Amino acid sequence: MAAKTLTIDGHLVSARPGETLLAAIREAGITVPTLCHLDGLSDVGACRLCLVEIEGQRRLQPACMTMVSEGMVVHTNTPRLQSYRRQIIELLFAERNHVCAVCVASGHCELQRLAGMVGMDHVRYEYLSPNCPVDISHPRFGIDHNRCVLCTRCVRACDEIEGVHTWDVAGRGVNAHVITDLNQPWGASTTCTSCGKCQLACPTGAIFPRGVTVGERPHASERIALIVEARKQRW
Amino acid sequence: MGQRIVIDPVTRIEGHAKISIHLDEAGDVAETRFHVTEFRGFERFCIGRPFWEMPGITARICGICPVSHLLASARAGDGLLAVQIPPAAEKLRRLMNLGQIIQSHALSFFHLSGPDLMLGFDSDPAQRNVFGLIAADPNLARNGIRLRQFGQEVIELLGGRKIHPAWAVPGGVRNGLSQSGRDQIRAKLPEMLTIALDAIGRLKQLTERYQREIATFGVFPSLYLGMVGPGGRWMHYGGKLRVIDHTGKILIDELDPIDYRDVIGEAVEPWSYLKFPYIRALGYPGGMYRVGPLARINVCTTMGATRADTELRELREQAGPVIEGSFYYHHARLIEIIAALERMEMLIEDDDLLSNELRADAGVNRREAVGVSEAPRGTLFHHYKVDDKGLITDVNLIIATGQNNLAINRTVGQIAQSYIRNGQFDQGILNRIEAGVRAYDPCLSCSTHAVGQMAMEVELYDAQGELLDRVSR
Repeated sequence: MAAKTLTIDGHLVSARPGETLLAAIREAGITVPTLCHLDGLSDVGACRLCLVEIEGQRRLQPACMTMVSEGMVVHTNTPRLQSYRRQIIELLFAERNHVCAVCVASGHCELQRLAGMVGMDHVRYEYLSPNCPVDISHPRFGIDHNRCVLCTRCVRACDEIEGVHTWDVAGRGVNAHVITDLNQPWGASTTCTSCGKCQLACPTGAIFPRGVTVGERPHASERIALIVEARKQRW
Repeated sequence: MGQRIVIDPVTRIEGHAKISIHLDEAGDVAETRFHVTEFRGFERFCIGRPFWEMPGITARICGICPVSHLLASARAGDGLLAVQIPPAAEKLRRLMNLGQIIQSHALSFFHLSGPDLMLGFDSDPAQRNVFGLIAADPNLARNGIRLRQFGQEVIELLGGRKIHPAWAVPGGVRNGLSQSGRDQIRAKLPEMLTIALDAIGRLKQLTERYQREIATFGVFPSLYLGMVGPGGRWMHYGGKLRVIDHTGKILIDELDPIDYRDVIGEAVEPWSYLKFPYIRALGYPGGMYRVGPLARINVCTTMGATRADTELRELREQAGPVIEGSFYYHHARLIEIIAALERMEMLIEDDDLLSNELRADAGVNRREAVGVSEAPRGTLFHHYKVDDKGLITDVNLIIATGQNNLAINRTVGQIAQSYIRNGQFDQGILNRIEAGVRAYDPCLSCSTHAVGQMAMEVELYDAQGELLDRVSR
């Protein structure tokens, strides 16, 4: 099939048909912030950080969920988008209890990096300061819901890559939270294989190896794409 | 008509506090109180956290002595794991604590109390700060800054950063010392020792000038609590606790930190957020005790370091076998800096410091543990309880300044009574009252007020509780 030609931030770009706008943007060497997207997993368009402006369309579109089409004219970094992205990050910080100074992922955290990227120097919204539990009943891992941004990367990694679907989301709106099995303590899960892919996929310090201290949890989310590629190629 | 004087906030201390002085009908001091007006809540919000995170969280209590919290917390963590940590980790923790004692004591002596001591209690308040000291005696000020910098460098070489290193962890430490780091410390030790010896020489020369202050700054019998090592040697980490009375009699010895509650009670007063610990055997408030540099040099038999021991012998000859006045906290601080530098000289040659075996790994093997370290300001207790998975269920922290709370209150009273007569007082007198507090180097929060720019307020109340006068700056 013929390649599609589109304009991204004033540059003419050619993309493969069926390719997402996010992939085309990245191939063009342009950086767009993402959080719920992880190479190797399906996309859900949940975080809204990769929203872009497409000429002729009134609504903003998430680049990860939009397919390229011929003649598209796309803007990825307008003042309006910058303002929304910063608001999104501030809302994430305000929703739960993110305390970088004492977090196991500090220095290796996507949320922290994104806050820097969008220029967040303070949070303009009132903190909700919810009372979130920590579950360290699993012998190897723990989950701290204070640090969870509900990106569902753990849910998708567990379902799509490991294939056991231990993780899922319960509750609605501000009460939504990730759960293991039928909302049992992680250590009591009968489906969990202790593979650790959820921990690899997690962008923050929400899922961590037991026993780590401040800043000690490494960031290794790119290993999910590596596993997918290895499976495909039968390495 | 009586009066009440309030000093709010107290300056050149770490944190927020105020002092109120009540005068009677004749204008003499009826009662004084040292109020700690800040509330932190660490004991509450740590509940539910995995205990492995506690050193990193509790280090944030203080920006001056984070290492003390880090070590006490990591040691409590060792207890929960029920492990004996690798020898290298034990020695490295000791090395970092020596760096911590040096930098914090240097801050207290040179930056915070130096302006009072070198420029005079009655000197111009606008100049009575570290900048005034730099103008008046640049060499002394520079030495103080260098000494503090050295202590901070030791912390940074081990922990990767000067403030809030998350380096000590339950089971050991995260990094060792590099060969180049060791060389760097070793190379600087002689100069630092010269600075410390010079500073104590300067302080001794001031004894004559400050006779009245020495006689009125917290001179009263009290108990002293501190850590000692084998043979009663001065110790700052990993030792057992000792309590002596004002005659030097050992009341409690070889106390394992886990049993601290058998010995120490905690009282609460409605006018302060700081608790009032006391020695149970003597009740409240009779069980008043002091901790910190003065207490440590009182409870120890020797400093276990040649030059520091020479200084201690000289001070004991001058001030008695149990050194009672709080003014001598300054001397004690300098003696401890000297001892810390000498101990560092000995420790730095130990090849264990370069080891890679630094961290013991274990699960939760005990549900309750107590970690103790000697913070620059005194004995620090971290007491944790956890559930079977390792989530914190209960935290009790006893901070050095809390333990000095009764003595600080009494010192404020003593200085006020000695200087305020017939309702007459001036800025110099108020500064002496603050300086009496400053002698304990109280650390009331993680705030650092090294520049001394916090305002200070004194309120004067009459016998009916009516505010008569307020002086602030």
